[in-house]
Formats: sequence, structure tokens, C-alpha cells
Amino acid sequence: MEARSAAARTSAARPAWIAGLVPLAALAVAIGLFIAFDAPGIDRTGVPAEELAIERTVLHPGQIELHVRNDGADPVRVRQMIVNDGYVAFTQSDDDLGRLQGAEIDADYPWIEGQDYEVVLLTSTGATIDHTIEAASETPDADLGFYGLMLLIGVYVGVIPVAIGMLWLPWLRGIDPRWVRFLLALTVGLLAFLAVEALLEGSELAGDGPEAFGGAALVWLGAAGAYLALAGVDGWLRGRRERAEADGGGRAGGLGYHAAFLVALGIGLHNLGEGLAIGSAYAIGSLALGAALVVGFALHNTTEGLAIVAPVAEGEVRWRRLAALGLLAGAPAILGAWIGASAYDPSLAALMFGIGAGAIAQVIVQIAPGVRDSAGRLLHPLAAAGALTGLVLMYLTGLLVAI
Amino acid sequence: MPKLPSTKVSRRKLLGGAAAGTAALPVLHQLVPHQGLHDALEGEDALAQAHEHAVATHRGAAHVGAVGSVDPRVNGFDPAEILRDFDEGTVRGGVREWDVVAEEKEIEVAPGVGYAAWTYNGRVPGPTLRAREGERLRINFTNGTRHPHTMHFHGIHVAAMDGVPGVGIGNVAPGRSAVYEFDATPFGVHLYHCHTTPLAEHIAKGLYGAFVIDPKEPRPPADELVMVMNGFDTNFDRSNEVYAVNTVAFEYMNRPVRVSRGELVRIYLVNVLEFDLVNSFHVHANFFDYYPTGTRLEPRDHTDTVVLGQGERGILELRFPYEGKYMFHAHVSEFAELGWMGFFEVTA
Repeated sequence: MEARSAAARTSAARPAWIAGLVPLAALAVAIGLFIAFDAPGIDRTGVPAEELAIERTVLHPGQIELHVRNDGADPVRVRQMIVNDGYVAFTQSDDDLGRLQGAEIDADYPWIEGQDYEVVLLTSTGATIDHTIEAASETPDADLGFYGLMLLIGVYVGVIPVAIGMLWLPWLRGIDPRWVRFLLALTVGLLAFLAVEALLEGSELAGDGPEAFGGAALVWLGAAGAYLALAGVDGWLRGRRERAEADGGGRAGGLGYHAAFLVALGIGLHNLGEGLAIGSAYAIGSLALGAALVVGFALHNTTEGLAIVAPVAEGEVRWRRLAALGLLAGAPAILGAWIGASAYDPSLAALMFGIGAGAIAQVIVQIAPGVRDSAGRLLHPLAAAGALTGLVLMYLTGLLVAI
Repeated sequence: MPKLPSTKVSRRKLLGGAAAGTAALPVLHQLVPHQGLHDALEGEDALAQAHEHAVATHRGAAHVGAVGSVDPRVNGFDPAEILRDFDEGTVRGGVREWDVVAEEKEIEVAPGVGYAAWTYNGRVPGPTLRAREGERLRINFTNGTRHPHTMHFHGIHVAAMDGVPGVGIGNVAPGRSAVYEFDATPFGVHLYHCHTTPLAEHIAKGLYGAFVIDPKEPRPPADELVMVMNGFDTNFDRSNEVYAVNTVAFEYMNRPVRVSRGELVRIYLVNVLEFDLVNSFHVHANFFDYYPTGTRLEPRDHTDTVVLGQGERGILELRFPYEGKYMFHAHVSEFAELGWMGFFEVTA
């Protein structure tokens, strides 16, 4: 007892946070010593394993530009470059890459439109990093016209379809509440489809980026992060509304708009990823920009408009607020297209797809209560039919937009 | 010759390099071969036309050759010296004798690209052993590596001296020595190499060299060159990333083989290339007499291209009637563009 009270007295003499820093300081000292003595007692076995990810390929007439990143623990030193079984002249922004360090490699090469090229980077140890350029085509320049085109695509596939989908609102307000529940269930179905699709697509993209950045884990990290963030926003909005009601200010927006806002935010985050996919596909020339693609995406996304207005089928209509929600859901497609086309990075794209999926999962949790019937059942026959219809609808419209 | 186009190219390259924040070194490296191409034209007569053509080539076509060059001091041997380096050993008591040591050595096979080679006497190809037909030869072989090796000579000898595992001397264990003894016959250009299994690996890693036996009546005096056509599989996928003559890719592009106009040039050509079925030799703007394996004194052919399988070799004799730079390379375009390409520079 004596000792403990003595200790308590001593600790009371200085701020408590200092005690919290002691382990951190000890860790810093230990790491410093370990590095200073060059990892005493630990010898490396085996030979260096060089890993280099090619994050981006830019083609201009007579030129091949590669953006590479060291994906492994050992330094990578590119020394020669071979294109289709022949050494080529090249310059690189850095010829000794440490972990996660990136560089740009520029080669003079008279590539021919539409042909495949096998690029090999030969390192100082004689190891090779292979990269295939499929159906070579010129990378569009990121000029004003290009951003304009991406804006147009974003408006076509994001803003307009969502707005059109929202035109279902008057009809929704006139129909039986049972059918509203059916439509909400349908919304859940199509959102579930989008979430799964985003997870799969993100995982696929993550494989193209450096494994060191986390690979497929990025997708799940993004999903979990977005889910938690939206759940936080939801909690904050509820708290604000409850306070407002308690203050006697009446209903501040209503539960319907609250859910609609979250749905729009979730769909917006998803459309950001979708725009990214379109923009990057366009940038590498693999996007067949045609009416079919735009029409496909438009049909696909019109259903998203329905998802936004379904929660506000009852209660008063606030057009300005609805317009804002439409923009929140659709406009990120434009932003995504810009990012995807000008600064595409597979790891970033994977993270974004993850964020989209997580946001949608949280949206599903938001609107699921609205599906309950008068008996409180969630998966009543009409709800199951609705969810299934949503899935099938998304699958069918998705067939139109294979990038 | 006007220097303007050259300067123009240089400036463009330099500006591009500076803009990309590139270190000066790769830029300078890149310039060297371009400069070489311009030099190549200086000897030609139809200056104006050739000049126009060269400028067009700069813009429309890929650069030829690797970036940079290999400092011979890094390897401890110089392909330029290997060309004319004939090791006649020492004659003791009527026997011609050589000491050969197998060593492990990291070498540079293309600018900046290392390769963990196995060598005879620290070089790839190993020393060019040269003797006179009928002489008694003795090779004192020591294995200084961590793997068993042999020396297998192409020639006529008893089985015990054949340098294959399980027969006669057989494998020479690490740290052990062996003595190969046989007569120099038949005359011609031959080769020796390690015959330990896995065979492809023991050859591909650099254990080979040329073996020249002169006829009793010597061939006419000439500027004699040794060219061992080889390749290197740097990433162990059993196909070569680097092709060359005497090991270093594009070496004779950067530093042409200097010969004199009108003088007889004799090339001892050996193909040891592993992993590929054929190799070939082609010289520009000239023809040569070809003596397959060098075992006859009369040429079999007068041509400008020969095709050789692994282990095939022959003697080429030619004279350059004009001054200037003349390419020689494998007429397998892939090998040429992966390093097996060079220049003869003919001067008065």
C-alpha cells in the first residue's frame, strides 16, 4: 500500500501523457540502434528479388513512355530496354529505385498502330521485367478538348440517367405503399449488384498495381472505410435531427430525405469509380466510344435515380433538394472520368472501387428498413421478388457496357 | 561533312533529358551510338545523299544498340584485345603447355547488366589456345569454382583425354587439378568447352574458348582475328537476352574493329551459342573465302553470309577494297538487335 501511494504521488507530479510516450521513445531508440548496427545477428538469405510494377503506359508517335514503381524490398536498377527482341535507346528519370520509388522511362521507338509490343526491362542483375502493350494506339493528350470530352461522357453516363430515373418520383407517390416496398427492395437488389461488381472489378485492378501498396486489400480497406464514414455521417445527421426536433423546430428534412441523401452519396461514390474505369479505358485507347456504350451505361444508371427517390416517395417534394441529390449521385462520374483519363493509377482505382462498394453497402443498410411490411418482415415475397428483379435488371443492362 | 544535323539531334536529346530531370549520364550514353552513325558516313563518297538518308533514319527509325558501353576494366578483359589475343602457351621439353583455371566471376555482358559467369582464366570466351599441327599439347587444368568441370577439346585424341564425365579424367572436382595431354590434330579452327552436366548450363555460363591448330605449312600472313559467337541468358529462362561476338553486346558498334585497306584479314569464327539452333555471320559490302572448320587449305565457298550450328566453326579470309565503316552481324535479325552487331573500320 505504501509503495502504490508513493507511485501515485510521483505520477501525479508530471502529466500522464509522458508515461504514454515512454514505449514510443523506447521503440524509437531500439529501431535506431538496430539500424545503426545494421540488423545485428540477422543475415539475409538468398539473392535480391527485384520487382517492378508498370503502372502506366503512354504512347506518342515514335515514343513509348512507361511509369514504373519498385514493388519489392530490394533496389531495382533498370539498365537496358528491349522492345520486340531488340535493344532500344531510352532515358529514365531515376536509375536506382528504392522501395516504392517510381520513375518514368522514355524510349524512342517507331511503334505501329494496332500492333502488340513486348517490352522487356533488363536490370543490373540480368533479371527481366516483362510488359506487353496490346494493340498500340496513341494516348490522348490531356488538353481542354479532352477534358471537355470526359465532361460530356460523365454527363451522359452519370448526370442525365440519374436525373431521368428520378422522374419516377410522381408515379411513386401515386401508387400503393406495397409497391413502394417492392421498388425499395428492387433498389436493394440493384445496389447489391453494384457493390459486388465494384468489389470484383477493384480486386482485378489491384492486381495491376504494385503489390506493396496492398493489392486486393486496398479494395476491402476502401470498402470498410467508406462504410464506417457513411455510418458516421448517418449517426451525425440523426443526432442533429433529433436535437432539432427536441428544440421544437419541427421536422428538419424528414427521414426520407435523410435516407435519400445517403443513397445519393453512396451512388455518387460508386459513380466516381465507374467514371474512373471509363476514363482510364479511354486513355489507353481500349474504349470503343460508341452509342452502345453510352446507352448501356445510361440504362444501367437510370435505375440509380429510382433508388434515390424511392425513400422520399412519401412526404413533401422539394425539387431543389432533389436536384442537388441527383447531382451528388451523378456528377462524380465526371470527376472520375477526369482522374481516370489523366492520372490513372491501378492502386488508386482499386481503392476507389472499394470505397464505392462500402458506400453502397451502407446505403443498403439505410434503406432496408423501408422494405419491411406491416408485419415487420424484411424478406416478404414482394421484397424477395423486388430484390431479384433489381439483380436481373442490373445484370441485363450491364451486358451492354462491357469495357 | 557538315556537323549541323548532329548538333541538332544532340540538343534535342539534351533538352528532353533536362526537362525530364534526367541525370546527364544516360543522355550522354545515348549520344554515343548516334555519333557513331554519323562517323560511319564520313568515309563514304556520296556524301550529300547518304547524309540526307542518315538524317531521315534518325527521325523515323529506332536507335540501334544498347544504352551506354561496358568499361573493359570492370570485366578485366577487353573484347578489343580478345580479337587478336592468341595464347601459344610455353614449350617445355617438346611439349606445348598451358595453365587453365576455371573461376567464378561476375561480368558485364551488356552495359550495366551483370552476369554470374563461369570462366576459363577469368575471361569469356576463354583463352584462344594456338598450336602447330602434330605438336604434343599439355593443358594443366585447375578447377577454382564451387562446381565440378571438365575441358573437352574438339580434336582427335584418346577417350581418357576427352573431358567428359565418367570417362578417363572425368569431372574435375572443385579445388582439384587434372592434366589433359594429346596431339594437335587435325589442323583447323576448333573449340573447347566444359562437358559437365547439366551441359547447357555449363556451356552457357561461359566455359568455352577457341582452339586453333595451324597447318605444318603456315597459312599466308594476315591480320588474324578470333570471333567467338556467344549469348547470355541473364534471367534463366533458357533463352538469351544478350547476343554478342566475344561476349559484350554491341561492343564493336561502339569500338569498331580496325583493319587496313587491302590487307588480308583472317577470321577464326566459332559458334558456341546456347539455346538457339543456329547463328550466322554476315559482312557488309564484301565477300570472303570460307574454309569450314579450317581443315582444308582450299576455300569451299565465296560468300558474304555463313550459317553455323552450335559447335560449328570456320575460317574466313577477306580483303577490304575500300575505306570506311562496314557492318558485320548475325543475319538473324533478332540476334543482331540483341547485341550481335558490329563495325569494321577500314583505314589506309
